[in-house]
Amino acid sequence: MTATQDAFVTFEKVRKTYDGRTLVVSDLDLNIAKGEFLTMLGPSGSGKTTCLMMLAGFEHPTSGRITLGGRPIDGVPPHKRDIGVVFQNYALFPHMTVLENVAFPLSVRQVSAADADRRARAALGMVHLAHLADRKPGQLSGGQQQRVALARALVFEPVLILMDEPLGALDKQLREAMQYEIKHLHERLGVTIVYVTHDQGEALTMSDRVAVFNEGRIQQLSTPKELYERPQNAFVASFIGENNAIGGTLKSLSGGICEIETAGGTLRCEAIGEQGVGARKLVSIRPERVRIVEGDAAYPNVMPARVEEVIYHGDHLRLRLSTMNASDFIAKVPNAEGGRSFAAGQELRIGFNAADCLALDAPKR
Amino acid sequence: MAADETRDLRAALRRTERRRTLRGLGLTLPLILFTLVFFLLPIAGMLVKSVQNGPMPDILPQTSALLQPWRASDARDLPDEAAFAALAGELRAASQNRTLPELATRLNFENAGYRSLLMATARRLPEAPAGSWRDTLVGLNPQWGELAIWAALGRASTRLTDGYLLAALDHRRDDNDHIQATDPNRAVYVASLLRTLEISAIVTLICLVLAYPLAYRLATLPESTANLMMILVLLPFWTSLLVRTASWLVILQREGPINQTLQWLGLIDQPLELVFNRPGVIIAMTHVLLPFMVLPIYSVMKGIPSNYMRAATSLGAPFLTAFRRVYFPLSLPGVTAGCLLVFILAIGYYITPLLIGGANDQMVSSLIAFLTLQTLNWGLAAALGAVLLVITVALYFVYTRVVGTDGMKLG
Repeated sequence: MTATQDAFVTFEKVRKTYDGRTLVVSDLDLNIAKGEFLTMLGPSGSGKTTCLMMLAGFEHPTSGRITLGGRPIDGVPPHKRDIGVVFQNYALFPHMTVLENVAFPLSVRQVSAADADRRARAALGMVHLAHLADRKPGQLSGGQQQRVALARALVFEPVLILMDEPLGALDKQLREAMQYEIKHLHERLGVTIVYVTHDQGEALTMSDRVAVFNEGRIQQLSTPKELYERPQNAFVASFIGENNAIGGTLKSLSGGICEIETAGGTLRCEAIGEQGVGARKLVSIRPERVRIVEGDAAYPNVMPARVEEVIYHGDHLRLRLSTMNASDFIAKVPNAEGGRSFAAGQELRIGFNAADCLALDAPKR
Repeated sequence: MAADETRDLRAALRRTERRRTLRGLGLTLPLILFTLVFFLLPIAGMLVKSVQNGPMPDILPQTSALLQPWRASDARDLPDEAAFAALAGELRAASQNRTLPELATRLNFENAGYRSLLMATARRLPEAPAGSWRDTLVGLNPQWGELAIWAALGRASTRLTDGYLLAALDHRRDDNDHIQATDPNRAVYVASLLRTLEISAIVTLICLVLAYPLAYRLATLPESTANLMMILVLLPFWTSLLVRTASWLVILQREGPINQTLQWLGLIDQPLELVFNRPGVIIAMTHVLLPFMVLPIYSVMKGIPSNYMRAATSLGAPFLTAFRRVYFPLSLPGVTAGCLLVFILAIGYYITPLLIGGANDQMVSSLIAFLTLQTLNWGLAAALGAVLLVITVALYFVYTRVVGTDGMKLG
């Protein structure tokens, strides 16, 4: 995807430890292309924020190196890195007006007052807040503060923008609106953005590529679509989106399709990762890829199931099913006009394609 | 909503609000009463004392009344015979019902010889005048023929006086009731006030210079370490002021550990004079008052999120610029509160300068204590207290003008 020579930001064998015993980040390799929107996604404590802080210069790698624009930046202090950072909770300076906040990076760079004023106002206009220039940050709503922080990080035209869970403090609707706004700004300005979040929805809608972190390692680095459709391991499958996981052993393999022996029967799946016969596998099936078998429609996998619970979600129904020795198997059924109705206790058959049924490596214990 | 419905709603709201106000008042009532009885009333009492003249209008009512028109006239000569006669009669009466010593004490504040003059005159006063009362009194003591004693009686004859306040500012009224500066040899109060302000300002400044970096360090340390350091900061509070001051006396004296160490290190040949002088007072006061500077600054700094400095740095500001433009302005409320607290406490210091300072390091409070306990001139003591209070209140108002009340945080 991105060759090292045209990578804009690179992490090479970066390790970070705070106590000398556990690695917060272990042997991280990552290339980020110019103009890319890359998201670091992971649960808290997975090392993603540490990576961001190392890039910003507030933390230092224990070993390995980080380069920006081809040059190592380990010796460059944070204020000379030319990286705009949007912090969690915005970190707007409460004793300055909105305009002074946005002009701050310009004034510390000795830009003339008139020029700084003009550029700061332009940046505020870009986030539709020109009319609030003279307010104090404390008088703004969360969403407005967020945009001021964005304008402040963009105004000095940094080569790279880092965002540390910038939307975490906003309510759901505002968060979605801001996601689009940030996405559009990125498209318009062509700036490179590294974005940290634990919200998978945010990661999927905004990013060019997503790096899923867990326990200091990147579990998978790929486009949102690939991440969702073809997770590389059980952690990614369970972390991104909803997922039914069924354990089993690999029985046979032919042409990328394998048969997995599970407690409830044999499943024909796409094999990912270790492919030796007898390997322990975890089969991942997305709830929305589960079909209710009507008549004699043919699927590679068909299983009997019993409806335990029907949950109404408006646009779809969620069925909790007992099947294959599990009682928490979830199927999502579109709430289409003239669709079937379901009731608890109902017996039915479910089917799924081999391509929607991924045999991943079971996590080692 | 219908009109009467709105009215009902408003009434209900008022009822709830009133209940809340009453409950709030109930919680603060004990403190309000305490403050009123033990703080505001004594202050009011002091202010009254500083303008209250003394017992003469009660002990010598007739003389006092007769002296009023005499005081108002411009041409100053001895008062007429009527005043002499009234004085003689009332002095004898006062001597009989034992109110004379009280009056004598009051007049002694005007001039140190007047107590004996009054007591001796009353003792030797005849039943009837030999000729005029004027000649009789002058015969007993020629001072009765001088303007000075009558001017002093005149000044003491009113119920209210500005004499104590003038004295506190090193001014007095002369025999013609004109305000003039006190004789430079006896003028001690203004110099003492200025010295008090100067020492307090120096101590405040040193406290600030010492406390600010310490508070910054404390605020950036992890919680557990910071708490431990905080206990060390508060350690001076564990012993009484007197003990601490006495310890400084031991430490700073000529043969004390500081001088011995410095001499042993060969840094000085002669022991430094650190005690019974200004440096000693400043060292000891700074030590005692330092926690009052650290605490407000620390508590304000604690509330400054750490990512402000990070944000400023990432936006291109070197550490010092980020500190100057972001951190320092946000820590100012603590600085102003700490300075005000230390300055006001320092102004009232008394024991430390008394024990460690020399004769030229005594602060106003020492003088007040001296006047209250030794000379019993409570009027002058109260006047000095009032002047101090006015200076403190004025400073507070200037302060709040500059930083605003919400620009100051005490904790």
